[in-house]
Amino acid sequence: MLEKRIIVCLDVRDRRTTKGVAFKDNVDVGDPVEMAKHYYEQGADEIVFYDITASAEKRGIMIDVCAAVAETIFIPFSVGGGLSSVADMRAVLLAGAEKVSVNSQAVRNPGIIEEGASLFGRQCIVLGMDALRDPAMPSGYRVVIDGGRVKTERDALAWALEAERLGAGEIVLNSIDADGTKSGYELAATRLISEAMGIPVVASGGAGKPEHLLDVFTKARADAALIASMVHFGTYTVRQIKDYLAHRNLPMRMEW
Amino acid sequence: MRVTVVDYGAGNLKSVETALRFLSADFTVSADPGDVIRADKVIFPGVGEAAAAMATLKKTGLGEALALFHRGGRPLLGICLGSQIVLDRSEESDTACLGLVPGTARLFPKQPGFKVPHMGWNRVRPLRPHPLFAGVPESASFYFVHSYYPEPEAKEDRIAATDYVIPFTSALARDNLCAVQFHPEKSGRVGLRMLGNFLAMN
Repeated sequence: MLEKRIIVCLDVRDRRTTKGVAFKDNVDVGDPVEMAKHYYEQGADEIVFYDITASAEKRGIMIDVCAAVAETIFIPFSVGGGLSSVADMRAVLLAGAEKVSVNSQAVRNPGIIEEGASLFGRQCIVLGMDALRDPAMPSGYRVVIDGGRVKTERDALAWALEAERLGAGEIVLNSIDADGTKSGYELAATRLISEAMGIPVVASGGAGKPEHLLDVFTKARADAALIASMVHFGTYTVRQIKDYLAHRNLPMRMEW
Repeated sequence: MRVTVVDYGAGNLKSVETALRFLSADFTVSADPGDVIRADKVIFPGVGEAAAAMATLKKTGLGEALALFHRGGRPLLGICLGSQIVLDRSEESDTACLGLVPGTARLFPKQPGFKVPHMGWNRVRPLRPHPLFAGVPESASFYFVHSYYPEPEAKEDRIAATDYVIPFTSALARDNLCAVQFHPEKSGRVGLRMLGNFLAMN
């Protein structure tokens, strides 16, 4: 049985992770490579790096991070943020990333999904989508871009389906309403999108405790769940979350 | 010991390389048929479409080199697309393959609730003892990304199975050839263990 994936998300700026973290053991908490290794050893099924580097000149740094991560962890990892061309995609894939994630760039230029999928394979191309609750939209959710600052005229469900048709191999659905609340994932949106798609849907935004992952896997049928602060601040370990879910009969990877 | 990783343009070989480097293997990544024929061991990875991959293997002479190497009796490990191309044929674009192991690569049947490709972690149940699985826990999971799966004709060639839509062969072996549908190079410590087991095979 295909297992539910737990994906740890790290925000990286200029080769440092940005969110505060509270590890007590000997982990350099600012170093993305060290942190990736830490979560790999805790049993994370996948790691996502979001490159939030402000300037284009510093983008190359992310390539070095990828190369170092690839030498250190032997599970899939992906990179998102700032990839605006297939050349950008190729660089991180050749550095060892398994997948690349496009978000605002794909809304501005949907062709990048198609181009990326034909060059590197659909399994490499992830659509990141930020959705905002909006009763005026047909599905009830509106696509927003640039970190949630800019509203688009796209409907979330319609855009997800279009991205799948263009060649996206996976969708990360990030709820702007739930993000940062720690009160649980946006279950209705996740379920709506997941049931409509033929590709895996990763839920993102709102995770605060293991129960939230249980809900999003069972009630919203997510294929994978993204977590960040609940492990970055040392509240839980990945192992604790997996134990909790495995005890409730969810298929999880428990040997690593 | 000289290991050749066959580079025939099917996907990114970076993760196979880093895993082998981590295991301190003496290896070369090569598109030269001579490097395949002269190797002590060959790793035949690959991600992509079967017909395109077979066309490249024919054009470059790598397909012939693989068959020659295989007849020499030295260990060969196919990974992902490599585990399908060693069979007689693939349902993907109805492609004639290398024919090193009797069998067919088949597309997962459509079933509601099962997304294709099969992507993510899944359990691999050994069906019979094989050196590839030495020290690998029975409940271990491996990382998969694929829409087609290998189906060797002979039951004894199937060494492990995985459940997705149907129970399918996730690892096969016949004589000196073994092949896995999953990606050991991306499957954490148990995957590295399996690659190490292959490197230790004679």
